[in-house]
Formats: sequence, structure tokens, C-alpha cells
Amino acid sequence: MIGTTGLIFNEPLLWEMGAEGRTAFSVPDRDVPEQPLDAALAGDGPDFPDLSEPEIVRHYTRLSQWNLSVDSSMYPLGSCTMKYNPKTNERQAGLPGIADAHPLLPVALSQGLLRLMFDLERWLAEITGLDAVTLQPAAGAQGELTGMLIFHAYHAEQGRPRSKILIPDTAHGTNPASASLCGYAAVPVPSGPDGILDPETVARLMDDETAGIMVTNPNTLGLFEREIRRVAEIVHDRGGLVYADGANMNALLGVAHMGAMGVDILHLNLHKTFSTPHGGGGPGAGPVCVTRALAKFLPVPRVLEQEGGFVLSNDCPHSIGKLHAFYGNFGILVRAYSYILSLGPMLEQVSQYAVLNANYIKAGLRGDYHLPYDRPCMHECVFSDKRQLAHKVSALDIAKRLIDYGFHPPTIYFPLVVSGALMIEPTESESRETLDRFIEAMRAIAREAETDPELLHQAPRNAKVRRLDEVQAARKPCLMG
Amino acid sequence: MRYMPHTESDIAAMLAAVGVKTVDGLFADVPEPCRHSTPLNLPPALSEWDLDRHMEHLAGQTATAPAYNIFLGAGSYDHHIPETIKQLLRRGELYTAYTPYQPEVSQGTLQAIYEYQTLVCRLLGMEVANASMYDGASALAEALLMAIRTTKRRRVAVSRAVHPNYRRVVETYLRPTGFEIVDLPYGTDGRTDLALLADKSELAAVALQSPNFFGCIEDLQAAESRIHADDATLMIVAFNEPLAYGLYEAPGRLGADIVCGEGQSLGIPRSFGGPGVGLFACRMKHVRSMPGRLVGRAKDAEGRRGFVLTLSTREQHIRRERATSNICTNQGLCALAAAMYMASLGRTGFRQLARLNFDKAGYLKHALQAAGAELPFSAPVFNEFVVRWPQASSAPYRRLVEAKIVAGLPLAPYYPELADHYLLCATETCSKAGMDALVEEVTR
Repeated sequence: MIGTTGLIFNEPLLWEMGAEGRTAFSVPDRDVPEQPLDAALAGDGPDFPDLSEPEIVRHYTRLSQWNLSVDSSMYPLGSCTMKYNPKTNERQAGLPGIADAHPLLPVALSQGLLRLMFDLERWLAEITGLDAVTLQPAAGAQGELTGMLIFHAYHAEQGRPRSKILIPDTAHGTNPASASLCGYAAVPVPSGPDGILDPETVARLMDDETAGIMVTNPNTLGLFEREIRRVAEIVHDRGGLVYADGANMNALLGVAHMGAMGVDILHLNLHKTFSTPHGGGGPGAGPVCVTRALAKFLPVPRVLEQEGGFVLSNDCPHSIGKLHAFYGNFGILVRAYSYILSLGPMLEQVSQYAVLNANYIKAGLRGDYHLPYDRPCMHECVFSDKRQLAHKVSALDIAKRLIDYGFHPPTIYFPLVVSGALMIEPTESESRETLDRFIEAMRAIAREAETDPELLHQAPRNAKVRRLDEVQAARKPCLMG
Repeated sequence: MRYMPHTESDIAAMLAAVGVKTVDGLFADVPEPCRHSTPLNLPPALSEWDLDRHMEHLAGQTATAPAYNIFLGAGSYDHHIPETIKQLLRRGELYTAYTPYQPEVSQGTLQAIYEYQTLVCRLLGMEVANASMYDGASALAEALLMAIRTTKRRRVAVSRAVHPNYRRVVETYLRPTGFEIVDLPYGTDGRTDLALLADKSELAAVALQSPNFFGCIEDLQAAESRIHADDATLMIVAFNEPLAYGLYEAPGRLGADIVCGEGQSLGIPRSFGGPGVGLFACRMKHVRSMPGRLVGRAKDAEGRRGFVLTLSTREQHIRRERATSNICTNQGLCALAAAMYMASLGRTGFRQLARLNFDKAGYLKHALQAAGAELPFSAPVFNEFVVRWPQASSAPYRRLVEAKIVAGLPLAPYYPELADHYLLCATETCSKAGMDALVEEVTR
């Protein structure tokens, strides 16, 4: 059937459409003569399809309709914090003086933007309880790398580079890879029977070859690391540093003081905690906060206040260098800045309601799904498919069936410490009615698992496509058309 | 608060369901010494109206066109962005979706990335492109690390005509692991001088940029035969103005093994330097050591065409201690903008626009030369070039700023030997009248 099959339109690939000579771009008039071109260096130009503006508009509108997003439905993606993205943020980032700003303007011609960076750094320091901040890392994982580079620079300055790093099994997935980029070997730390770090275990693993520890707090089980101060003390006593992965900060705004916990370095994911959109996988921003003692290692340039104005300083001999061609994902920083100014001290309520919502879901589903760590959770709760496995229904089947009920699936098979994990994070912006509907859907699926498991194996039925053969796609990769 | 729906009665009912008396009680697991002892000291919340005024005030202090005539490029370019891209990109279904781990509810993002990968391959003349990287600088650092992994060698050579900020990022990435970076000088024509390569053995890769930081087009054909004289050494070509490949031959067709760089030119606003998008492509034989996400074609249970994230065994979420890189996402939305831009121009529009950029910069370059400015480099350029002001008008840069003209980037902080030299850029957004005004101010 050419064209449509109802409201879920079919849509070909770009190069299966169009005709040579069309364009959706209005090339400016030529007011200068042609210049001579060296023919030996010339090429034929890229083999792009030629399309008209209506074709472009319809193509991307149709593609967009195949996506589930925060604007369309609840997106309870544990550890990824898919919260509502306020529309005012987009207006602010799109202002001509921001969107059109060239990064290498003389500082006198970009004072407002430098002030924005300066203030955002101060506010993130206040929120985390640390002393100095860089906004440069372009994503959380690059923030982790920045933290590890600072670990490395710190130990090098102490005259004794170290070779290992402790990483709990409840830490985020990218942590070991970030450490290994700096040459560190990752030493896994098993969490205790209650799902959190046991100081005894850390004491046993911490030695003079170990640069420090990378903790995720609250951890990926959604639990607060209650022993964090003891753990920090043990690591500091052996000359190590404490890195905290702040990807879960949405649980702790206005509550946790990272400095008081003994954390030396922390990264934030602005796209998670401070409401900037995920955009189908980026761009994000991963600012890094450090103690006063480590501030001298932060990347350059630094924004400084000087004689009532702001300057960019490269005069930082201890700096680890640069992580980004310019100052990081500035457009994302603007959205986070706008969010903080919209809420001010009310940021505390964000975490209160995020935690309330997660506990409400936990209470609502505990009768139907196995709860591997039954403790008060922070902003996310982790169930497993243990009960449903008896009917040969897996976490994957449950996730796919949820699509038929109109919800995005939760994070599955993570954290790795829980077999068949279903990791649910509702965030503060979901109403009680939405949470009730989600709980109802999950309960219905639990009943279906008992009475009609085949229905779950066949799910989803209401999506654009049914289950895709990922094994075949990886075995014979087709990565371009 | 408008972003949070709970009423007092919602909260009471939910606390009852949870079995906790107060909202504070939910945080019982956070020990007292781990807490803030005082409320957050942040500015008071602003209404939407007040926030608009505040942001307009901050943004209003920036020099932008049309009030200013800005001839700055150096890795961040002013190109016209079609309104269609701005509006389509804002569609919430694209804007507020996550990384497409669940393909059945993410086919829009997945097909768009697959199309992006294909367009990037066609633009760069390469066999496989990933779903994008953070920016051009980190893409180059990742390319060098990839070459080090593939060849198991510890040294790389990087041209001094590569963007100086990119080189600083490369140093940052490579320093802790002790990999060695060799600088290749630039010659009198503004292109990289490869003579030094003769004495350097056992290189994992040689990295050039074309057009390079000075706007000069490198002779990649000649470079390729020098670099590949050692079979193992990889040739990396970086860029920060991909529009040049509308006119000049793509590096992939001239033998490059990895091509990477900044794609901001492709429909992404400058936004004070970020976010942009790192384009990254390589030969198919290296795909398994490539960093970043990949989207591949797949079939669903009914045999229909669909798309999935693939080859994820290279990534952190499978064997996390053995991951190839720590990249766990891409610049999704910027990659989407770049795809929309490439598709909007098409081959016809892309060639026309590249030609126009070439002609505008060529016009300005010759007009300045006729007005007495020196052109130190002789190699062919694309939309930017280096000048040295005539001695008679010493330090005209500051005077020009007063006339609301930003006359390029002073090169002295990056290349001390190039004091008094400026990197000027003219794209299709520069009018002849604006360029003539600059020339007139210089000669005044």
C-alpha cells in the first residue's frame, strides 16, 4: 500500500524519495563574482538526495510520530531521569544573543553570557555543597573522565601515580570505562546484603596503589549509601580520593551535602537533574564540582570576575587542560540556568516529590513483583522478573507489553546486581493519576503473565514495528543505505 | 509549582499509601551529617515573565549580527539555518525522547540516525559513520585513541595546522596514559610540512585537518602516499568546516582511514561554542574498534524494515570493564539537525552553497590584499584565510570593534610567531556591502 496505512504512516528513507534539481534551501543571491578554483583539488560534492521543503517537513513529521517521548507519555526510565522539559527553557536558549553568539568574541562583547556561566557555577556549587565547578564536560561520561583526569593529576602532583580504582557493583555503567581511559584498572567492590557499600569491604580493598573510589549515590538500586562518610574516611586515610557520580542527584536536591559526605569530586548530568531535554540521546552536559583543594586542576578556560566584569582565564598551570573545543554545551547550560531560576529554593520540592513518587510505585507494585532489596528507596525503585519467570515471562516481555498499554518501558537488566531487573523512575512531574494508571498497567501485565504468557511473548502489538531481530542486525551489520 | 502536579491532598494520600508520616520521613536513610544544614541559598524563583526579561537582558549584551559585522570563524560558523529545521527539531516527540534502547517505540529517532550515518558517509566519502560524538575536538581525540588501539603503537603525529583547541583536547585525553604526540609544523604556504615524517617511525596515526585552521586546503593526495608508506600508520583527517566538501574532494576518497570533525556548520546555531556535533567515520574493517553508538537495519517479527542500536558489545553496558570507550550517548538532536540540513540542501544546494562561500571569502581576501593587507599563506582556502594588516594602520582591530566590526581572530595567543596576524572568515551570510565596509575601515 503506497502512502498510508491509517494514522501510523509509512515513510521511505530519504534517498528513496526526491528528484535531482530540487532543494529545500534558499541559497542567498550572489553579489560577488566567481573566484578561480584549483581543479586538481575539486570534487563532485556529496551524493545527497534532492528534496523539496514540503517533502522534508512531511518526512520528519512522520518519523517523529513513531517515537514515544516525555511529551507524549510517562517515561519511567530508571537512572536516566526522564523528567518534564519546561518549554520556557527553549525560548531562552533560542534568544538571538545566545543562539547566534560566537564563542571567540572579545570578552567585552559577551559579558552577559560569561555572567551566566559564572552564576551557574556558583549555584551548582551551592546545590552540591562543593566549592568550585567547571561547566565544560559535554556529557556525564565526559564529566567522569574529567574527574578521573583530576584524580590522575592529583596523584601525579603527590609524586606517586596510582594504578587502580574501586568501583562498586551498584555504580553506573560508564564508570569503569572512564577510569580505564586514564590507565586505571577497575577493581569491582561487591555491595553488602542490604544493597549498599560495606565499609569493611572497602577497607579490605583500599591500598596505596588505589587512586580512590567511584561511588554512585544514591546508587543504581535507588538506595542511599548510608555509610558514605565511613567509606570516604577509609579512602582518604590511604591517600585516595572519593568520586561521586551525581547522575542521581534528582533525589537529593537541597537534602544531601556532598562536601559533608566526604566527596572530593562529583559530576552532574544537567539533562537529568536540571530538566534539559534528552533529544533522542544528547546533547547533554556534565559539569564537575570539586573541593577547594582540587579547584586548581579544573579545565581551562576559567570564568573569573574582575573589576566588575568577567574574563576567561587560561592562566592555570595545574589545569588538566581542555575537554571541549570551546566552553562545553553552552546551549544546555542556558536551559539548566533557566530551570534553576524558575524554581529557586523550591528545587528541594523536586526531590521530595521524585522520592515520594518512587515510593508510591514501590508500594503499589510490591504485591505483584519481586522486590530484591526491600528498603526505603530514593527516586527510583528496582523490581525483578523473578515471580514472572515461573511462567517463562522475562523482564523484556514485561517491558514490551507495557508499550501496548501506552507507557515507555522502564530500564531493564540494569543494575547488573539484580537478575532480570526492572528499574522504575517516575520523576516528580508525574501526577498521582498517571502513577495510578502505570501501576494498574503493571498489575494487569502481572496477571497476563500467569494466564496468557504468549500474549507477552508476542508484545508489542500496537507499535510501529514488532520485535526487531537484534542478533541478526549485529551479525550482518547494515549501517548505511 | 507549574512543573509539579501534586496538591496537598495528593501528597497526604500518597504518604498514607507508602506508610510514611511526612515527606521528610522519606529521607530517613540520609544521615544527619550528610545533609545541608541550611536551606539552599539560591536566588528567588522568577515568574515566566520575569525570567524572559532577565534572559533578554543577559543576551542583549552579546555582539551579534546585524548590529555587528562579524568576520569570525575558527571552528564556529555563521550559516543560514532554514526555518523548517528550527521548527521540526522542536517537535516534542523528537526533542524529549531518550536514547533509543527500546526500538519499537523509537523508530523515528532510529531511522533518522541511520539516515544521518548514511549522509555523513556520503559527505566524507567513507564506509561507516557513527551516530555522532560530542564535538570535533573530542572526536579527534577519540580517533587518535582508536588508532592507538588498532595499531598497538604509542605515538601519534598531529599537524600544528589542526585547530589549536582541538590539539589541547587531544593532549588532555592522551597525557595520563603516556602516549606521545609529535607536532608536525606548517610550511610557508600554510599547509602541513610532512618532511619530518621521514624521521618518525612506528606512528599509530598522522592527523591533518583540511581545510586546516588557517582555512588552507591540505594536499591530501600527496599526504596519503607519505603517510601510508608505513603500512600500519593510519591517516586521520579532521575538519571544522564540512561545507568545504561541497566543492573540494572528500578526504575519504583520498585515502583517509578515519575522518572526523565538527558539524556545527550543518544547521546548528553557534550557541557560544556548543552544543555542536562530532562527525566520525572510518573504514568498514575498523568498525568494531570505533567509539560511539551505531544504528543498523533490522527486520521485525513480521519481516518489516526497522532500525536498532547495534554492535553494542563494544560498549559499557555489556562488558563494562572492557568497553572500547566511555561514550554512552551521542549528540542526538544536533545529529538530527545536521541530517535535516544535509537533506534540505541536497546535492544541488550543497554544491551551490559551498561555491558561494568560496567566492565570498575569495572576494574579501583579494579586496583586503588590494587595500594593502599581507596574505602570508599561498595555499587555496575555503571561507577563511589569514591576513596581516598593513603596517600603516597598526592595531586596527580595536578601532574596528568600535566601528562594530569584529575583524577576525587575533592569532598571537595561539601562534606566538604570528603576531599581528588575523584569521578572517566570510560565509554566505556576509554581504558585499559589509565586506566593502571592512575594507574601507582598514584603509582609513
